[in-house]
Amino acid sequence: MRTVEPWVTEPLERFLAESSARLTLLMTSAGQVVAQHGFTRSVDVMTAAALGAAIMASTGEIAKLVGESNFLSLAHQGARQHVFLSAFETPRGRWIGLVVFDAESTVGLVQLFFERLVKELAAAAPQQVPEQQVLPENFERELNASLRALFGR
Amino acid sequence: MSNPVQLLERLSTVRGLRGSVLVSAADGLIVAESLMTGVDGRAVAALAASLMNRLRRATESAGRREPVFLQLQAQGGSVLATPCGPDLVLVAVAGPDANVGLARLEMLEAAGKVA
Repeated sequence: MRTVEPWVTEPLERFLAESSARLTLLMTSAGQVVAQHGFTRSVDVMTAAALGAAIMASTGEIAKLVGESNFLSLAHQGARQHVFLSAFETPRGRWIGLVVFDAESTVGLVQLFFERLVKELAAAAPQQVPEQQVLPENFERELNASLRALFGR
Repeated sequence: MSNPVQLLERLSTVRGLRGSVLVSAADGLIVAESLMTGVDGRAVAALAASLMNRLRRATESAGRREPVFLQLQAQGGSVLATPCGPDLVLVAVAGPDANVGLARLEMLEAAGKVA
């Protein structure tokens, strides 16, 4: 498991141990990765983050169409592997969790422990820090720094 | 298949039972429930289904086929569970004063009707 924000580590470790998730990704609603577990290639992480954020954005628009403020989570059932996606509020803004699990777990378990993770993250988050403006000249440096933190390279 | 809610309500008449829940075995989600306040049905459902799935694998690995009944005794009471066919699990939460023998009989009968 790798995290960009160190305070995420402990709650996420607990979630992974309890839920038996295979892959987990925590990201901002813009798709910026905060933590990952189980991915071995950075390209997969970036793709999954972009797709996860896009799915949540799309369902948010569908929610508006049907008069809901937002959908909290969605689950995709596969033949062997399943995906659980959920958006949640943190003191650092809106984040998205993407969890891939197989027969070792169930959507009920993942949902249950994900709710606990959200509560623990809210409690563990440090006081609000001033948001840094993302400038084009910093973007690549910050992206590389995140990738180094997430993959140790 | 009988009405699951009626079956759960009948189970709740057993002395000491704090409630029962019918759970989808594959996803750990509640199908029907009849629980007293203070019992977290979603957590009981998810964890009991997971436990039953693992027990099923354990008994099958040991060549002993399907588990029939589970009594998980804790200091403050018990969690009882029985499979209802391949797709559902019936779970009951019992207090320390529960008539577990009667609960077992009622649960097995209910499981037969639901399966």
